[in-house]
Amino acid sequence: MATPLVVSEVAKSFTMHLRDGIKLPVVSDVTFSVAAGECVVLGGPSGIGKSSLLKMIYGNYAVDTGQILVNHQGRVVDLASADPRTIIEVRKRSLGYVSQFLRTVPRVAAIDVVAEPLIARGVPASEAREKAAELLTKLNLPEALWQLPPATFSGGEQQRVNIARGFITDHTILLLDEPTASLDATNRAVVVGMIAEKKKAGVALLGIFHDEEVREAAADRILDVQKFSPRKAIAA
Amino acid sequence: MIETPLLKVNDVSKFYGNRIGCRNVSFELWPGEVLAIVGESGSGKTTLLNCISTRLMPTTGSVEYHMRDGSYRDLYRMNEAERRFLMRTDWGFVHQNPADGLRMTVSAGANVGERLMAIGDRHYGKIRSTAIDWLERVEINAERIDDQPRAFSGGMRQRLQIARNLVTGPRLVFMDEPTGGLDVSVQARLLDLVRGLVNDLGLAAIIVTHDLAVARLLSHRMMVMKDGNVIEHGLTDRVLDDPREPYTQLLVSSILQV
Repeated sequence: MATPLVVSEVAKSFTMHLRDGIKLPVVSDVTFSVAAGECVVLGGPSGIGKSSLLKMIYGNYAVDTGQILVNHQGRVVDLASADPRTIIEVRKRSLGYVSQFLRTVPRVAAIDVVAEPLIARGVPASEAREKAAELLTKLNLPEALWQLPPATFSGGEQQRVNIARGFITDHTILLLDEPTASLDATNRAVVVGMIAEKKKAGVALLGIFHDEEVREAAADRILDVQKFSPRKAIAA
Repeated sequence: MIETPLLKVNDVSKFYGNRIGCRNVSFELWPGEVLAIVGESGSGKTTLLNCISTRLMPTTGSVEYHMRDGSYRDLYRMNEAERRFLMRTDWGFVHQNPADGLRMTVSAGANVGERLMAIGDRHYGKIRSTAIDWLERVEINAERIDDQPRAFSGGMRQRLQIARNLVTGPRLVFMDEPTGGLDVSVQARLLDLVRGLVNDLGLAAIIVTHDLAVARLLSHRMMVMKDGNVIEHGLTDRVLDDPREPYTQLLVSSILQV
């Protein structure tokens, strides 16, 4: 089986046209891969480009050069040059992403927010909701909240909705941007358990965890992003 | 089954005398895909929408549409009757001002039923029950079926306009600022409704809006227009999170945070 995620010689900079066109280099010559069943954690200080790297892989940020190769249903797709339709298809089937913050949709109940990715893949709504309920129970989200839209939830509650939404599918690659940042110890442990299950299922995980305990428990390997950063001299 | 584009827009330009409406626009739209066209007033987005939907004849260019029989037809080479039939059955057009898309002096039920009659439905009871079903889908109380849209609020009128457009099961819907002029809570409800319907029905849609939040919520892909030209085009998330063009950067950085 092909490696689920290969990042090869990727470089990225921002050109700020509103600031006289200054060019901010973010990363260069990024090369690494994530194997099936492996959890790679991005390390390095804040502002070094860890989140940016996840956003490049997910397609929210364009890259200047290089390739991002994803194994999508048996064929290799280069997301760095793929058209929007392909990226959406890869996101639906192969590439999942748990962001730091939940982008809430007005009026949609928490349980439907969680079930949505499964329904989008054609799973019957009742079955998807059952699975969503299972995950929300596991993450200790009070049942009284399930039918409410998450806009008014606390940070930790929103984050658990977000995690459930990201973990509900059997995506083969999962990007995690600080999924445990606003969780208490009990729920952090739940998430660590869920990550272990994903690994056992052969999912390739790439994440950012500032919490040392979670990082220790989840990571098979730590990738220091500093070596890709033009700011390494300053940061060091 | 190999998927093919629903719509192929080739090099469409529209000039008003020597003023540019829109220039050299090309793109493809696929079944189930939602495209947002954003830009400030006067950037040409409505001109483009009107050209693609054949409400306006472009100066140059062609638009090919994938008909239900599998053939591609150039919209600008169809005769008027064929185009009208397409607009009444396979397409929807949601106007910013509901009064432009509704018949204000006939009942809500008749507004929905009219499109069904246009495709040959004649059974009054069936038309009425379909109309009731659609009013409920857009969250209008079935008791209001005999009221005229004149007696409806702005948000209700907009939802009625959507029901009228979707009742014939179109494959492509054009929307021109569908949430413009509505207050925020009404906007949220409408957005949620449109989002649900587009997902459930697998509709393709082209939405013109100057509201980037609307574009983010509803669209897969986004085109940014300025002075009649498409200056940036790509995945909606990508255009909004990593805008490349100076104008797009200005647009994105001008959003007010709540």
